[in-house]
Amino acid sequence: MNLRAESGSIVLSVAGLRKRYGTDEVVAGIDFEVHAGECFGLLGPNGAGKTTTLKLALGLIDPDAGRIRLLDRPVPEEAREARQKVGVVPQFDNLDPDFTASENLQVYGRYFGLKKSEIEARIPQLLEFAGLAGRGSGKIQTLSGGMKRRLTLARALVNDPEVVFMDEPTTGLDPQARHLIWERLKRLKQDGKTLLLTTHFMEEAERLCSRLLIMDHGRIIALGSPRELISKHIEPHVVEVHGPGFEHWAEGARKLAGRVEIAGETAFCYATDEEPLVASLKAHPLLIYLHRPANLEDVFLKLTGRDLRD
Amino acid sequence: MNPRFFAVPMLSMRFVHIWRRNLLVWRKLAIPSMLGNLADPMIFLFGLGYGLGALMPAVQGVSYIAFLAGGMVASSTMYAATFEAMYSAFSRMHQQKTWEGILNAPILLEDVVLGELVWATTKATLSGACILAVVMALGLASPKFALALLAVIVLTGLAFAALGLAFNALAPNYDFFMYYFTLVITPTSLISGVFFPVDQLPAVLQSVASVLPLYHAVALARPFMLGELPPNILLHLAVPLIYAAVGFYVALVLTRRRLLK
Repeated sequence: MNLRAESGSIVLSVAGLRKRYGTDEVVAGIDFEVHAGECFGLLGPNGAGKTTTLKLALGLIDPDAGRIRLLDRPVPEEAREARQKVGVVPQFDNLDPDFTASENLQVYGRYFGLKKSEIEARIPQLLEFAGLAGRGSGKIQTLSGGMKRRLTLARALVNDPEVVFMDEPTTGLDPQARHLIWERLKRLKQDGKTLLLTTHFMEEAERLCSRLLIMDHGRIIALGSPRELISKHIEPHVVEVHGPGFEHWAEGARKLAGRVEIAGETAFCYATDEEPLVASLKAHPLLIYLHRPANLEDVFLKLTGRDLRD
Repeated sequence: MNPRFFAVPMLSMRFVHIWRRNLLVWRKLAIPSMLGNLADPMIFLFGLGYGLGALMPAVQGVSYIAFLAGGMVASSTMYAATFEAMYSAFSRMHQQKTWEGILNAPILLEDVVLGELVWATTKATLSGACILAVVMALGLASPKFALALLAVIVLTGLAFAALGLAFNALAPNYDFFMYYFTLVITPTSLISGVFFPVDQLPAVLQSVASVLPLYHAVALARPFMLGELPPNILLHLAVPLIYAAVGFYVALVLTRRRLLK
């Protein structure tokens, strides 16, 4: 039997965590806990401190302040021991280009002190998981971006980890490849693995994460399940309107919607009841509108603003 | 700098994993890599040894090529260790992010740097030993102290691999290594007694040479290859050993500063 953390127990806890680079406080005092078996998301615009938080939790960098416990071990003091049961999917693939797919798994397994026979027994399963069954002897250069990403994910499982850290697991993938990764992550969840992922795809977070936090400028600005966050921060209906004279219409719509936001050429109307808005649009046939339920992206944009982060 | 960067390295046998990784890659390219490593010193040895040697009377009582052989064994070991610890290690650290991948596993940076040190030394030892074998096969060196020579080669490899890894940690790009070769390695090979006896140099350069690891490696390799016991063996062993130990620690501190931030 696997020695898995009991359901509901805490896999990672972070308290008062701070990290400063020069005058820039990248992580500015954050607290959160990740429970066994959940998929926990770290969301935030570029530069919000997500990757730094992951690196701190893995003990790869030292915090300026705060406490971290990963799999019941203090980090960074016993981070190496804790990582024995952790899998990591880095933001940029660092598969070994000189090796085949199988060799990548084999060599990586050795870093965990696993026996050759133990790793070799696991390789067919891992390749199957990566959708690369029968391609174990393929060179890394011959794999597509999606295949490399899946192999990186399989590599992170070579030690049968309790928790898998993923830094933007689907960035740069096409929709087919992204959906396949999502299916694999759901399978891992079913297998009882704890997942911790960073992403700026709201759709990804909404689909996969049982709980998530939104970070900006190194601080946590919201924490909860996707549903909770949507119902807490935003009206349930969104009507997006654009077309000639939309600004004039939007002025009148302000008393019909809870909140109207003009961004560029579009008015975003957030409302508890969308009927009056849709009715008033009937009189403006030139305006194009989209009525949809509120989603996590609306929450994200409301909390972090619409300004570009470069 | 973060005081933890100066922490005493927690060395363990985990470095073998990193060494084996590099060995597995090398095995795929072993033949061209060996040829590339050997061709250069061989051309120097025979080109200079026979070409220049024909113009020269005996140097320190032996033919010029027999004199040069000791220097070439030591200097080619230095070059092989330096190349591996710089260009190849830099590829793994910076270009391919191999080290970053390894550090996500239960491996410490000291394991990685030690693995690279031992690996670069292994490659350098292969190079030095091959040249030694050729020279001995041609009867240009005595096989009497073959094992002692092997130890000298390993020690030379360790010293220059450690220095190379320290500079590797400072390198912003591959071009940076040109400075190291031009300003450190080339002058070192010219004043350490590889091509001509050090007493031909002005006194100032002789004192500079006497603190360089290559000078001590040559001071051991040459007499051993001529079948003689070198004087001051302990001193000549101690200097490269100190370079290796201090170089490794400096390399580790600088690499921690570079990667663990």
